[in-house]
Amino acid sequence: MAWFNRAEKKGVTTPTELKREAPDGLWYKCAECKTVILTKAHQDNAYTCPTCNYHEKIGSKEYFELLFDNNEFTELDATLTSADPLEFTDTKPYPDRVKASIKKTGLNDAVRSGYGKVNGAYLVVACMDFSFIGGSMGSVVGEKIARAIDFARLHQIPFMMISKSGGARMMEAGYSLMQMAKTSAKLALLAEAKVPYISLLTDPTTGGVTASYAMLGDFNIAEPKSLIGFAGPRVIRETIGKDLPDGFQSAEFVLEHGFLDFIVDRKELKDKVADLLSMITKHLTVQGI
Amino acid sequence: MLLEFEKPIVELESRIAEMKATAAERGLDLADSIKAIEDNLVKLKKDTYSRLTRWQRVQLSRHPDRPYTLDYIQTISSKFIELYGDRNVKDDKAMVGGIGEINGEPVMFIGHQKGRNTKQRQYRNFGMANPEGYRKALRLMKMAEKFNLPIVTLIDTPGAFPGMEAEERGQGEAIARNIRDMFMLKVPVICIVIGEGASGGALGIAIGDKVMMLEYTWYSVISPESCSSILWRSWDFKQQAAEALKLTAKDMEKFGLIDEIIKEPLGGAHIDPLSMAKKLKKVIHDTIIELKAQSADERIEKRIEKFSAMGVVNE
Ligand SMILES: [Zn+2]
Repeated sequence: MAWFNRAEKKGVTTPTELKREAPDGLWYKCAECKTVILTKAHQDNAYTCPTCNYHEKIGSKEYFELLFDNNEFTELDATLTSADPLEFTDTKPYPDRVKASIKKTGLNDAVRSGYGKVNGAYLVVACMDFSFIGGSMGSVVGEKIARAIDFARLHQIPFMMISKSGGARMMEAGYSLMQMAKTSAKLALLAEAKVPYISLLTDPTTGGVTASYAMLGDFNIAEPKSLIGFAGPRVIRETIGKDLPDGFQSAEFVLEHGFLDFIVDRKELKDKVADLLSMITKHLTVQGI
Repeated sequence: MLLEFEKPIVELESRIAEMKATAAERGLDLADSIKAIEDNLVKLKKDTYSRLTRWQRVQLSRHPDRPYTLDYIQTISSKFIELYGDRNVKDDKAMVGGIGEINGEPVMFIGHQKGRNTKQRQYRNFGMANPEGYRKALRLMKMAEKFNLPIVTLIDTPGAFPGMEAEERGQGEAIARNIRDMFMLKVPVICIVIGEGASGGALGIAIGDKVMMLEYTWYSVISPESCSSILWRSWDFKQQAAEALKLTAKDMEKFGLIDEIIKEPLGGAHIDPLSMAKKLKKVIHDTIIELKAQSADERIEKRIEKFSAMGVVNE
């Protein structure tokens, strides 16, 4: 099969001598099919593989850049950082984990929020970063999402949530759990105000995030092949004592079982979101911006 | 069954019983000696239960003799009629509900249900509800709203069931919907953790105007065992995990994550289930009166405000 694969990838593979000469970071290698392309070309393809359409895991920086016109947006509550209300220590103190994560990722916590125009119409977006302690939901994540929803409601701007999370942040225990309640309360108010909410579930979305805001969209949509579930596959495997079938808890599986409105290719995300919103926001007038 | 720290207490109790029997049998006057041991017993009990570690409290919350949801409902309410099914897939035996009266006032009861012996435990799926359980609960809540009945939920679950069918039928969606919709219920909602309050499985019926915990219960985002396995990569650190999670009623009240603690009989609800049930009945009755004094809009607004204020961040 090797020769066939190589032939199929023609046009995107690169001569070896070029690769050697290129500085680090100039080339992207697909984790699924190992196709190598220029990082820039990969980026221009919405961080998806031109060969197998693998959707690379990306963060808030990339999603904002993909969604907002000219990457212009105003960030909300950017300075919020985690406190340590429980003085939690497992194998190391929680504040040390937070500090290390801030240093490693350049982010303040596992979600960023902002508003800007998407194909000319305002949208409030909150987007999770998996790189920050597994995209876990603590007080900062809950609070920033809550405030972003409030912002959307007060300014009559649709809200979009991009989820990517392993679930709760254990180091905030009870506080972490109550973020599910807080964000859902705000979504109840948003729904009452008839401001649309699009929930985009990306790879992976599990645990408390799935059991709160991620599943509460007027539209629940997902990227192809994302892992979406309440319990993680390992826990389910241990509970039932057997292996899970292929594709279990994939976005396609969740769609088939009726919990997603549609699956969206990332390259079409912006236009599809904008088109959808344009048809359901005629009753809204943006306030105070 | 006895927990480790219950053993010395039960030993003293049986010694007192023996001495009393001997005294009666032989016509001896052992009153002074018995009194002395009884004083010791009181001291030992107070000592033991005032110094319980968090892990010991978790053990008490799971005590196999502890009263469960239906035990309480059947004791504190009259005319109770159980209602089954989610009108969609099936009836979930791990989640029960129905209408009963407390002091002549009709109430909608909903709660997780555990089983007492091996067979019942399986029948009740160890108190782990599937999506249909949460949907059944929501159906009953909307019914309560329609007929203007206050809602009382009793929480006692090691977690929502992590099975294949639960995923196929949208466990996450079911819990999420309950959480959101409970905020908008127009009737008073009282939520009481009577045993284990594990994570989303607990929260799915725990959004209320008053959220309370019995004294020897726990409520957190994860069980100490699972926390140990994830953070310490071993099942052996459950005691440490319980301490770190600060998951007791006292902790949760201190953090402002619950409204009230309901005291249990010394030694736990299982020592004197009847007096526990009576206390619960009074608390529920009084709380319903208190909540009924407010308008529906007021209650909803306060409910939302309360949960919205939960969390600690550095600005
Ligand atoms: Zn590929």
